[in-house]
Amino acid sequence: MTTQPVPLRTPAETALADAYVKASAALPGSDAVRGERARAYDRFHEKGLPHRRIEAWHYTDLRALMREAYPVAVGTPLAPASGLRILISDGAASMPTGALPKGIKVSTLRDCLTNGTEAFIKSLFPDQGSDDAMVAFNAAMMRDGVVIDIAEGAEIASPIEIIFTSQDQAPHGDVSRVLLRMGARAKATVHEVHSAKGKVQRHSALVAHVGEEAELSHVFETRDAQPEVHVSSLIVDVAARGSFQSFAFVCAGDVLRRQLFVRGSGEYAKIAMRGVSLLKGKQHADTTLVVDHAVPNGESRELFKHIVDDEASGVFQGKVIVRQHAQKTDGGMKSQALLLSGDAAMYNKPELEIFADDVVCGHGATVGQLDENQLFYLMARGIPRVEAEALMIEGFAREALEFIVQDEIREHLEASVAHWLAGRAKS
Amino acid sequence: MLKISDLRAQIDDKEILKGLTLEVKPGEVAAIMGPNGSGKSTLSYVVAGRDGYDVTSGSIMLNGENILEMDAHERAAKGIFLAFQYPLEIPGVTTMTFLKAAMNAQRKQRGEAELPTAEFMKKVRAAADKLGVKQEMLRRPLNVGFSGGEKKRLEVLQMVLLEPKIAILDETDSGLDIDALRIVAEGVNALRSPDRAFLVITHYQRLLDYIVPDSVHVLSKGRIVTSGGKELAHELEKNGYRDYVSEEAA
Ligand SMILES: Nc1ncnc2c1ncn2[C@@H]1O[C@H](COP(=O)(O)OP(=O)(O)O)[C@@H](O)[C@H]1O
Ligand SMILES: [Mg+2]
Repeated sequence: MTTQPVPLRTPAETALADAYVKASAALPGSDAVRGERARAYDRFHEKGLPHRRIEAWHYTDLRALMREAYPVAVGTPLAPASGLRILISDGAASMPTGALPKGIKVSTLRDCLTNGTEAFIKSLFPDQGSDDAMVAFNAAMMRDGVVIDIAEGAEIASPIEIIFTSQDQAPHGDVSRVLLRMGARAKATVHEVHSAKGKVQRHSALVAHVGEEAELSHVFETRDAQPEVHVSSLIVDVAARGSFQSFAFVCAGDVLRRQLFVRGSGEYAKIAMRGVSLLKGKQHADTTLVVDHAVPNGESRELFKHIVDDEASGVFQGKVIVRQHAQKTDGGMKSQALLLSGDAAMYNKPELEIFADDVVCGHGATVGQLDENQLFYLMARGIPRVEAEALMIEGFAREALEFIVQDEIREHLEASVAHWLAGRAKS
Repeated sequence: MLKISDLRAQIDDKEILKGLTLEVKPGEVAAIMGPNGSGKSTLSYVVAGRDGYDVTSGSIMLNGENILEMDAHERAAKGIFLAFQYPLEIPGVTTMTFLKAAMNAQRKQRGEAELPTAEFMKKVRAAADKLGVKQEMLRRPLNVGFSGGEKKRLEVLQMVLLEPKIAILDETDSGLDIDALRIVAEGVNALRSPDRAFLVITHYQRLLDYIVPDSVHVLSKGRIVTSGGKELAHELEKNGYRDYVSEEAA
């Protein structure tokens, strides 16, 4: 018997590395940006695609899941939409037309990459998460995206929608980054909506700086058909008394990896991340987050609910770091999964790394099935089994959805849950 | 109305109902009394159609129709109602949503149109007021965080709204203080009618002072060992089940 040597580079890794080498001269950016890209490329090149021996990627072996790397598209911006709606098609952004609310400034990333100041570059390439190979790949290859600045004290009432789509018919990859900078006391909601046509590998990143006492509410949503592979990175820094709330609604996609690197860098920063994932077929969705409490009096809450059917698999990995000086940190992390079939799987890995002594932090993870006693109770009232199951699943999801404060978004997502359940009842 | 003949049922190879025979006529209120563990709840589950029991012999007829092959939701639509001894908590599902789902599911199975929302709300409000169920409770997830008494009242509220042909009340009196007991009993008594029957399972005579039964049956070790009129309940209260239990053992 011969043992096959492990290749140093898989074909996909070679293709991605080549893509950078070929494209780098044409990628937008000042010399300083080029320097950042080159450093990021080196990190990616050194690490390659993450695989299961990388702890943070243990349950999502991207090297195995991405056998082939599609060429990265040079997207053509779509006709712009009106209102607070930004379209990112094949990675190329089109700015909204018409008057924007006072206090918000929106620019394409491609322009900023060329003209951006030193401060801009610093905010676009934060240290947080930069060790991750896919964050590095995104930094090296991003071609476009959007830069949103919200002025001190500005309150943007309606959600800023960022719609990610694809036009290119051929299999392709898209790489984009969104930078959001919020001044002190600013308030905004960012609603990321992802869809894709055909075979797409998406690498999206959102970098947000939440100023003192500012409030960012973020919603991530998969809608309609999805990329085959989607790596979504979220890098957030919250200043003193600032607040960051995020909700992820995941209900499609073959392979989705969401990774969140969130830091409370000012005292009394409030962080909350929640989500509902509905998975079926052979879908695989991974949420891996790191919350870093660097200073005292921070608060963080996580609540993730997975509903997993067929042979799908869900992953939740949450790491809460409480640094030595971060006394009085208040952290609570919960992951709950409902397995609807014997072949469904859920992998939970909550972790606390606490270096301060005066903190309240807890975590809990449960994986279960629908409870037969509860089902019987509903059936004994005349509700057929499938409907009773749907009621219970909806209830399970609602316990997380009810944290969404924007009524329209919450109601829309509740309807999406009902739609998913109706599809399940039919099959 | 309900005719149970020689019913034998087991769970995990353990026989719990051992040849139980009982008939309840239209309009009748039949009380079932018996010591803990005698099979009272099991009887209620088997009639309501819970999975997991193996019925090895006998039959359960509802108005001449054998219901043993029916699923629980079908039996409910046929008019069987069980007020649970331990009502279940259903997180995330508001009581109102559940009530509407239950009423409409039964109507649909009977080929009736869905209840218009306004009419539904009116019915629920009226019934809730009578039973002292607060509107605020109806907006909370079903039974989640409700006290024992609140849960029992909600069971009776469901019964009132679903208008069953035969209602089985499994120890609805447990966990109720005397005022709640009176309200619940009034709710039941208001539903008494010539074409509706009740099977009132209780451990104590107390409930039967408020819901006066037409017949009393003693269940011991999976069988009805004696039957009588309401005076039998008083006798049991005085002397306990000893006589019947030992007679059975002999
Ligand atoms: N799921 C079960 N598996 C095994 N034994 C059971 C189960 N449920 C009930 N029993 C047994 O059946 C008997 C009757 O129980 P139950 O019907 O609850 O009695 P009651 O309601 O009269 O107190 C008891 O001995 C109880 O332990
Ligand atoms: Mg019992």
